[in-house]
Amino acid sequence: MAVLNVNGKSMNFTADPRTPLLWVLREQLGLTGTKYGCGIAQCGSCTVLIDGVATRSCQVPLNSVGNRKVMTIEALAASGTLTKLQEAWVKLDVPQCGYCQSGMVMAATALLAAKPQPTDADIDAAMTNICRCGTYQQVREAIHAAAKA
Amino acid sequence: MTIQTPLGRASLRRRNFLVSAAAVAGGFSLGMRLPVGDGPAHAAQVKELNAWVVIHPDDKVVIRIARSEMGQGTLTGLCQLVAEELECDWKNVTWEYPTPGENLKRNRVWKNFSTGGSRGIRESQQYVREGGAMARQMLIAAAAADWKVPASECTASNSVISHPSGKKTTFGAVAAAAAQLEPPKEVKLKDPKGWKIAGKPVNRLDTVDKVTGKQIYGIDLTLPGMLVATVRACPVIGGKLKSFDAGRVEKMPGVKKVFAIDGNAVIVVADTYWNARTALAALPTEWDVGKLGEVQTETINAMLKEGLTATEAFVGNKVGDARTAIDGAAKKVEATYSFPYQHHVTMEPMNATARYTPEQCEVWCGTQNGEAAMAAASEASGLPVAQCDVHKLLLGGGFGRRGRADYVRQAVLAAKQLPGTPVKLIWSREEDMTHCQYHPTTMCKLTGGLDAQGNLVGLHMRISGQSILASLLPQNLQNGMDPVMFQGLAASGVEAAYGYTVPNLLIDHAMRNPHITAGFWRGVNTNQNAVYMESFMDELAEAAGQDPLAFRLKILKPKWADVLKAAADKAGYGKPLPAGHFHGIAQVMGYGSYVAGVAEVSVSADGMLKIHKITAATNCGHVVNPAQIERQVAGSFAYGLSAALYGEITVKDGAVEQTNFDSYNMLRIDEMPKVETVLVPTHDFWGGVGEPTIAVAAPAVLNAIAKATGKRVRNLPLMHHELKKGA
Repeated sequence: MAVLNVNGKSMNFTADPRTPLLWVLREQLGLTGTKYGCGIAQCGSCTVLIDGVATRSCQVPLNSVGNRKVMTIEALAASGTLTKLQEAWVKLDVPQCGYCQSGMVMAATALLAAKPQPTDADIDAAMTNICRCGTYQQVREAIHAAAKA
Repeated sequence: MTIQTPLGRASLRRRNFLVSAAAVAGGFSLGMRLPVGDGPAHAAQVKELNAWVVIHPDDKVVIRIARSEMGQGTLTGLCQLVAEELECDWKNVTWEYPTPGENLKRNRVWKNFSTGGSRGIRESQQYVREGGAMARQMLIAAAAADWKVPASECTASNSVISHPSGKKTTFGAVAAAAAQLEPPKEVKLKDPKGWKIAGKPVNRLDTVDKVTGKQIYGIDLTLPGMLVATVRACPVIGGKLKSFDAGRVEKMPGVKKVFAIDGNAVIVVADTYWNARTALAALPTEWDVGKLGEVQTETINAMLKEGLTATEAFVGNKVGDARTAIDGAAKKVEATYSFPYQHHVTMEPMNATARYTPEQCEVWCGTQNGEAAMAAASEASGLPVAQCDVHKLLLGGGFGRRGRADYVRQAVLAAKQLPGTPVKLIWSREEDMTHCQYHPTTMCKLTGGLDAQGNLVGLHMRISGQSILASLLPQNLQNGMDPVMFQGLAASGVEAAYGYTVPNLLIDHAMRNPHITAGFWRGVNTNQNAVYMESFMDELAEAAGQDPLAFRLKILKPKWADVLKAAADKAGYGKPLPAGHFHGIAQVMGYGSYVAGVAEVSVSADGMLKIHKITAATNCGHVVNPAQIERQVAGSFAYGLSAALYGEITVKDGAVEQTNFDSYNMLRIDEMPKVETVLVPTHDFWGGVGEPTIAVAAPAVLNAIAKATGKRVRNLPLMHHELKKGA
């Protein structure tokens, strides 16, 4: 039996200790907002926060997480209220297909926590997630809008 | 008009099924959404007004959309068109997908499900608007009957029906009575000039769930008792499975079944994807690839090169006598270009869930063509199509890839091994990267003749390379010729006609088909055709000693010229730019629309390319949602520039060499130029939006690079080229 602290709750489940955190979240815990895109930490679709740090969960083995706090996209609006960043995302209608957006939102959440007023260069450095639809322009605008809100 | 509709019953059935699925998930319920959009709360109790419109007593409007949403915004755009004619309050609008099975049962009332070729809005706008208008007339008729006044005296607006006497009622209050009425025989559609919802930059209907992680894509679906499968097909497309040793992995954790399908692939079914994937990685397999194992990128290129000068070629566009005109010209210009295989790379890898019983086969998946997916389910299951159905989910990217149903077939074949058990088949990214229907590879030799004044007197464009129709739809070839090869180069027509008037012109195609499967890739053949034609126009202009814009405008037909001028004007073409910055231009007609782009780039002394800004103009005739068009145009540059900079699939020993994003790179936010979109609609036709602009991305940038460096890049991708001066 494994235990993880996910979205403020202690979760018990069974999985091989080498299973990537991504697949534990999706398959053992049913948190499918975190997406599989590449499995090699290139695309960022699987980005979650581990102790507040944006992390590509596809390359994090379950047995390396320990008692660190994992936060997924589902936690952001768990109270029923969108975060400031999510509100900006909705207002600027950022997503197209939307598949990469959970990872984008999580990466941007970590960025704003670290740098409440990020520059374009900060955004370029932090937002290395891949979007094939090409929402980059709106992603940048939404991060700036959330920083100003 | 109707009794309870089959769709209503189907919705209820699915709803109960999925609610139970959420219950099974126990403490981790995520507020799972139905895979049918914002499914109506009381679908079974509420009678539809017609196939497109259901109105609930609380005024909620459910609009049914048959085309697939994959990010391109078609869903919202079509709902806008229905709502416009319906005269409902946009705030009340929700949507759902009908299934292809219901479409079949109802004599294809929703018509075409296929979502490709930028046709989603332009080819369904007429009948969806009629659906909205008919529903409005029925609502008005019901209110008028209740009030005992002529319907012609009543009006509808914002979900409210009014009569000059002061009487008012809501759509919700009369919807049940209206649903009993005969639909009108004829309706008059509104003049787009009077649109209030359509034509406006309203926000998408599918945004919030994509920002909270609640959106369920095919890969996220969970059904009670579901197992998860993964697949490895022969790495050489067209090769066969020789042997596999199931016994080596059958006892691994979670593994339920290991088997071969179609003689070319092995599947592992397990309790979870991770267990299936782990077992598949350990499964010994041997493949029989035969002579295909000798094919290399070099052998494919040699095959294409031979076609550049071959005697036999299909003629796509011919005016006068190009060869004679070029031979007699004062100046002759010649250049050879090439364009590699490319991959779609949808962010969501291919996947589908299927449940098979001897009586029924159901599939849940993201697909660009629900009816093709249903046909594939029928073929793979061996059940008549009437016993199959497909429940569509939103797509994590399509770009043409999900128009094919190969992954649906595999999922059904897997489910057939475990009757009654839902099986979700997920492709790894590696499987996805190596088993695509790739953007075809071609080469092109262009020869132009200029007279002493620098006028273009003759042009021969010889394309050599792969035909998509030959690969996927050979029945659509016309006496062997693939007319789609000439997208953007066609002699006439409203789809993709050539915009230049050249007195002597020959555009022909030597078909050369390697074994790699070719497929429809966002923009399709306009992409390379525009690279060839628009780069060479700059080469001709340079040889003529003329400005590339002026050179083009002399020979472009009005609609093509107007959109190019609009882009150039907005970009400030010809005016001073920051030091070291250069403009490049390109235009094309594709998917019924006219588009042009101006790229502003610089190349540093050490050869670093920076694309500063793109200005893009579009004339798509009617504009349904300008905000979504801007996003499609900007997204087209992300997609087109990714391909231009990095997109290249190569072949070694018959197999695709690239396996994941580390070997197939894509543009990220730091490389994304600012894209300014200029809409110049002429409101006299319906053009597509999702694809045409991609074609101008690469040539506009290549033309700007040539201005900046003097280097003419003729072979993509750009990553292979040293742009440093003197290199």
